[in-house]
Amino acid sequence: MSEVIKKSLVNDELVDAFRKNNAVIFEQTPDFINKLRSKYFNEFEALGLPTKKNEAYKYTDIESAFFGAYKRQYSPQPLTIDIREVFTCDVPELENHLMLVNGWFYDKENKLKLLPNGAIIGSLIEATKQFPELVEKHYGKYITEQNDSLSMLNMSFAQDGLFVYVPKGVIIEKPIQLINLIVATEELMIQPHNLIIAEEDSSVSVVICDHSLNPHAFLLNSTTEVMAGKNSKLEICRQQNAHDHSVQLTNTFILQKESSFVNSVYITLHGGTVRNNLYVKLSEPHAHNKSYGLWLADKNQHIDNNTFIHHAAPNCESNQLYKGILDNASTGVFSGRILVDRLAQKTIAFQSNKNLLMTNDAKTRSKPQLEIYADDVKCSHGSATGQLDEDAMFYLRQRGISKKEACHLLMLAFADDVINKISIAPLRDEITGLVEKRLRGELSRCNRCKVNCG
Amino acid sequence: MLSIKNLKASINGKPILKGINLEVKPGEVHAIMGPNGSGKSTLASVLAGREIFEVTSGEVLLEGKNLLEMSPEDRARLGVFLGFQYPIEIPGVSMVNFMKTAVNEIRKYRGLPLLSSSDFLKLMREKKELVEIDSQLTNRSVNEGFSGGEKKKNEIFQMAMLEPKLAILDETDSGLDIDALRIVANGVNKLKRPDNATIVITHYQRLLDYIVPDVIHVLYNGQIVKTAGKELALELEEKGYDWIKKEYAV
Ligand SMILES: Nc1ncnc2c1ncn2[C@@H]1O[C@H](COP(=O)(O)OP(=O)(O)O)[C@@H](O)[C@H]1O
Ligand SMILES: [Mg+2]
Repeated sequence: MSEVIKKSLVNDELVDAFRKNNAVIFEQTPDFINKLRSKYFNEFEALGLPTKKNEAYKYTDIESAFFGAYKRQYSPQPLTIDIREVFTCDVPELENHLMLVNGWFYDKENKLKLLPNGAIIGSLIEATKQFPELVEKHYGKYITEQNDSLSMLNMSFAQDGLFVYVPKGVIIEKPIQLINLIVATEELMIQPHNLIIAEEDSSVSVVICDHSLNPHAFLLNSTTEVMAGKNSKLEICRQQNAHDHSVQLTNTFILQKESSFVNSVYITLHGGTVRNNLYVKLSEPHAHNKSYGLWLADKNQHIDNNTFIHHAAPNCESNQLYKGILDNASTGVFSGRILVDRLAQKTIAFQSNKNLLMTNDAKTRSKPQLEIYADDVKCSHGSATGQLDEDAMFYLRQRGISKKEACHLLMLAFADDVINKISIAPLRDEITGLVEKRLRGELSRCNRCKVNCG
Repeated sequence: MLSIKNLKASINGKPILKGINLEVKPGEVHAIMGPNGSGKSTLASVLAGREIFEVTSGEVLLEGKNLLEMSPEDRARLGVFLGFQYPIEIPGVSMVNFMKTAVNEIRKYRGLPLLSSSDFLKLMREKKELVEIDSQLTNRSVNEGFSGGEKKKNEIFQMAMLEPKLAILDETDSGLDIDALRIVANGVNKLKRPDNATIVITHYQRLLDYIVPDVIHVLYNGQIVKTAGKELALELEEKGYDWIKKEYAV
C-alpha cells in the first residue's frame, strides 16, 4: 500500500512542479515550443511515468528511479567555477567542444555559431530566438509517433539543448562534440532537448559525452531528435560516463529519408540506472541504419537498452549489435523491436545481442521482437549470453598470461566489436582506453580531464 | 628434466590416463605415437594444467619442480609450452598484444626486465624470419581466419617467441602439406638446444623424417605400451597400429 502512495507521489510531484514553475518555464521559450509543452504536459499528466506493467518497461523500474530529492533549475544558474579550467577534452579531432552545464548552454561562450557554409551549431534556446522558423519546422516533429511518457516529460520541461543544422550539400568534417556536464552541490534533475537536422546530401558527426563533476545523485532525462535528409550521412556517438548514483534516461528519435545513412554508437561506461530508448524510422527507400551499443556494469548497476527500428519503406537496411558485460550483481537488459511494414519489401534487418556474465549474480534479459508484414525480406535476430570462453582462457594462460589478464583481454575483445564501429578514429582510441580502465576497475576518466567519472 | 611417474587422470570420472611413466632429459626429442583416442592429447593437456582433467595419482616434475601444483600460467612461465592440436581462434585479441603480454609476463616471472615496444617488435621480426611465418599473420587477431597450416605455423612462431624448456607439440603435423610440414619441422629443429627438450605427439611417421627423435613411445589406452629408438616409427608405418591394439587389447 505504501508502495503505491510513494509511486503516485512521484507523478504528482512532477505535475505540481510544472504547474508551480509554469511562468519561468514558459518565459524562456517561444510560443511554438510552449504550445507543444502544454500539449505534452497534458499527455504526461494523463499517462504518468512508465510502470513495470508497461511491457516496454517490464525490467526497469522508472518510477523508483525518479524517487529522490531532485531539484530543477528553471533558468540558468551562475557557476562558481570556470568549467574550462577543470574540464578539457583530450580527443584531438573533436574541435567543436560545446558544453551544456546542468542542461544549459555554457554561458561564457558564443552560444550559437553560424559557419560560413551556412551550418548552425549551438544552443537550442538561442536558435529559437535567431532562427525561429527553422526550429519550429523541426522541433518535436520526430517524436510524435511514440507514445512514451519519458519524452512527454522531456517535452514538458525541456528548455535548452544542442541545436545542429547542416544545410543541403554541406559536409562538416570535424565531429561536433557536446559535453553534457552536471556540476551540482545538490541532487539535480535535468531534461535537455537536442535537435540535429541534416538536410539533403549533407554529412555530420555528433558526439555526446555525459559526464558529472561531483558524486551527487542526478537524473538526466534527455531527448534527441535527428532528421537525416535524403542522401545524408550521419554518425551519432554517445558516451555515458557518470557514477553509481546517476539515473540516465535517453530518448533518441531518428527519422531517415531516402538513401540516408546513420551510424549510431552508444557506449555506457558507467551509470547507476540507465535506460536508452532508440527509435529509428526508415521512412523512404534505401535508407540504411546501423545501431550499436556497449554497456559495462558492475555492483548493482542496471542498464537497459531498448531499440525500435521501423522499416516503413522498401529497400531499407538496418543492422544492430548490442553487447553487455555484467559483473557483480548488475543487470543488463536489451529489447529490440523490428517492425517491417507491409509495403517495406526487400527489407534487410539484422539484430544481435550478446552478453557476458562475469558472475553468477549478474543478470541479463534479452527480448527481441520481430514484426514482419512484408513477404520479401531478410531479417534475423540472435541473442547469446554466456561466460568467457574456457578454451580461449586456457590458450592464453598456457602462454603465461595470468587468469586475470586473460579475462581482461577477452573482455576487451568482446567490447572491441562494438567500439570499432565508431568511425572517428581518435574517439575510438579514447573509448578503448576508457573501457580498458573501466574493466580493470580503475577510474575511467579521460587523461587531462579532471572530471571524476568513476 | 621432465619426470612423470605413474600419472593417472580422468575426466568426469572416466579414467583416461592409466599410469604414465616418462623421463625426458635436456636436449632430447621424444615422439609419442599411438592410435586415435589413446590419450595423447589428454597427456599434453594434463601436463599443461588443463583443469577439466582430474589428476587422480602420480607425480610430474620439471627440473625438480612439482608441476601438478601449479596454475597453467605458472607452468608456462616455468617453461612448459603446448602446441595445440586445435589452436583456438580469439577474435578481437591481436597477435601483437597477445604475444607482448605473454613475453612480458614470462620475463617478469623470470626476473628479467620487460621489453620495450621497439625491442619487442624487433624480437617478433627475428622470430618470424626464423620460422618463416607470413608477416601479415601477426597483424591479425589470434588465429582468426587462419588456415589450418597457418595455425600450426603460428604455434611454432609462439614457441620461438617464448623459448620454452619443454615444448609439447600435439599433432602439429596433421593437416599440413609437405611444404608446411618442412617449415614446421625446420622451426622445431632450429629451436632445439642442449638445455631444452621437445615431445612431439604424432600420428604419422612422416614428421619423423624431418624431426629425428631420440626416443619413440607408443601410447595406447592410457598407457605407454612400447618405448624404443627411431626405428620403431618405420615399423609402425609398415604394420600400422592394429598389432598393438591386438597385443594390448583390454
Ligand atoms: N573433454 C573430454 N570429455 C570427455 N572425454 C574426453 C575429453 N577429451 C578426451 N576425452 C576422451 O579421452 C580419450 C583420449 O582422448 P585424446 O586424449 O584426445 O586421445 P588422442 O589425442 O590420443 O587421440 C578418448 O576416449 C576421448 O573420447
Ligand atoms: Mg589428440
